[in-house]
Amino acid sequence: MRTLLRKDLLILARSRLLVVVLVLYPVVIALLIGFALSRGPARPHVAVLDETPPGQTVEVGGRRVPVSSYVDDLLSGVDATRVSTRAQALDEVSSGRAVAAVVVPPDVAARVSSGTTQAQIELIYNGNALQQSLVSQELRSALAEANVGFSEQIQRAAAEAIGVLLRGGNLGVLGAPSGFVGLEKVPAVLERVIARTPPGPDRKSLQEVESFARFAAQNLETSKRVLATIGQPIKVHSVLLSGRRTPLNSFAVVVAASFSLMFLAVLLAAGGIALEREEGALARLVRGLVSAWSLLSEKVVLSACCALLVALAMLAGVGAFVSLDWGRFPLWLAALACGALAFAALGTAIGVLARDVRASSVLAFLATLPLAFLALVPSAAVGHGFYDAISVISFVFPFKPALQALDAAVNDASPPLLGPAVHLLVLTAAFAALARAGLRRAL
Amino acid sequence: MSVALRVSALGKRFGELVALEDVSFELAAGELLAVLGPNGAGKTTLLSAIAGVQAATSGTINRTPREIGWAPQQPALYSKLTVAENLELFARLEHAGDPRETVDAMLAQTGLAERADEQLGRLSGGNRQRVNVAIGLLGDPPVLALDEPSASLDPAQRERLWTFVSGLTAAGRAVIFSTHNPAEAQRHADRLLVLDGGRLVFDGTTGELLARAGGATPQALAGGGAQPSEGDLEHALVAFLERREAAA
Repeated sequence: MRTLLRKDLLILARSRLLVVVLVLYPVVIALLIGFALSRGPARPHVAVLDETPPGQTVEVGGRRVPVSSYVDDLLSGVDATRVSTRAQALDEVSSGRAVAAVVVPPDVAARVSSGTTQAQIELIYNGNALQQSLVSQELRSALAEANVGFSEQIQRAAAEAIGVLLRGGNLGVLGAPSGFVGLEKVPAVLERVIARTPPGPDRKSLQEVESFARFAAQNLETSKRVLATIGQPIKVHSVLLSGRRTPLNSFAVVVAASFSLMFLAVLLAAGGIALEREEGALARLVRGLVSAWSLLSEKVVLSACCALLVALAMLAGVGAFVSLDWGRFPLWLAALACGALAFAALGTAIGVLARDVRASSVLAFLATLPLAFLALVPSAAVGHGFYDAISVISFVFPFKPALQALDAAVNDASPPLLGPAVHLLVLTAAFAALARAGLRRAL
Repeated sequence: MSVALRVSALGKRFGELVALEDVSFELAAGELLAVLGPNGAGKTTLLSAIAGVQAATSGTINRTPREIGWAPQQPALYSKLTVAENLELFARLEHAGDPRETVDAMLAQTGLAERADEQLGRLSGGNRQRVNVAIGLLGDPPVLALDEPSASLDPAQRERLWTFVSGLTAAGRAVIFSTHNPAEAQRHADRLLVLDGGRLVFDGTTGELLARAGGATPQALAGGGAQPSEGDLEHALVAFLERREAAA
């Protein structure tokens, strides 16, 4: 095996372009995938036309909530350009500079303050079906957040007004008495009056009023909490079933490293076997000079080592930007080694199908890229039956277990490393056996 | 003369397809044996089975694959390695005592010493074929199997190759080669095998094949009465195979 390793290293060293492509391509792909996963979607560029008069407020029990706070909330959720006329808003959308325009009409404050009519804003957008769907989703989310923020301010204003009604003071509403006593204090005042009132129908009436005032004060207090509940009826409390939650950027690093590992190991192993066929040397080697198992083992070990080194260098490089736990380095090595062996064995199985290196590379890309992406499809994103099919494919293809192993090694994620590692070693043996059978047919 | 190679009742099947059936012959030390036949007759399969590249379905060969040098039709070499590196790689795999010494000796024997450090991909077809044959000789085998060794060579390169092969047989090595070119077989081979449909249909000298095809008798040829010209064997081979087909 040492003689063959030396030969393959010499050939690799003399194929500089191939080496550069083999290293650069997966690194570029991996980084692109990493960035795509780690960065949230860009905020949509939206034109905002605020037609409300400056300083306009919504009045709630004498408290004033500025309409501009709603617009400010909305602006913070999108990449906004303020426009001053409707024509400008339409021009921004039709020219494609903005994906949509939001028009806040002048009567928003009046409608909200009325308490009977719902205010309405206008959303104008353009583009094809996909763009319309994306814009609609993104903007509805931004609008919902702005609505929640505005609603909370109105709730707070209403709660303050209720507080004044309970504890007394000035409500600030036209016609309201200043410095009133407050509903909470009414029962105590009435009790004192009742104590001085002789028994009779007046005292009985006063006692009924006192009882009602106490009941009303208690329930008005409760209404403040009801207001908060109406504003956000259901809060989310997240519980992770097992393992530790992996931050998205750390997971992206693992995905990127897995892609790098896969491409390098599969391409090198497939190319290595295909090169033996292309040069016609395969028949010469296996006619007693080298056993088929030795030849396959050499290709698997060489490809796995090269892929492991590049993936490790990539992890180390990305580790400069993302916080990774270097104390788990031996586990990284173990996960990368298991993944690299499985990918390399898959590469040899692909390599025996191709007559030359180019064909093997195309075959390797066609086989691995879609299958790797399938392994990233979340269960809820597709139908039940389709996800079952994806699960089966992902089980017999090394990408998912390699990703799980690396995620467990790097991020201490669930499932633990042992399961995926054993899975990968079983796949290594299975693909090596397939390659051995294919090699017999290739001769 | 001692028997260098004995092939007995050799058969090879690919599923339902019979590639070789009951092929038996012997090859003496120092003898140069040509295998002729139409496309698909089983020439390459026969040499591959003898060399151990393909396992025979039935029959026996008195040599192990490692005792038979093999040079396939397309040079089975690494174009990114130099001539010396290719030779050294296979010398190590052949477990040659001192690989470097073996390489030097082979470079000298094949006249490739000056090209030792050139990458194989940059050599001419003729020189590549010489390296291909040289690798077949690295294990110092008593028998050498050459599969269409001159197929991709120009006339001058072909001439150099046959001079080299003649030197090998003169030194006592048995050589079996397949060819599509009857004239080449007529010029260089001591004996001919003709395969048709996987069966051995003729085993003899050029004169005997000419006689079987209706030309001059072997005795007349041996007596110097009529020297066969180049092209006679080709006509005789075609006539022989047509006669067999008509009889069948």
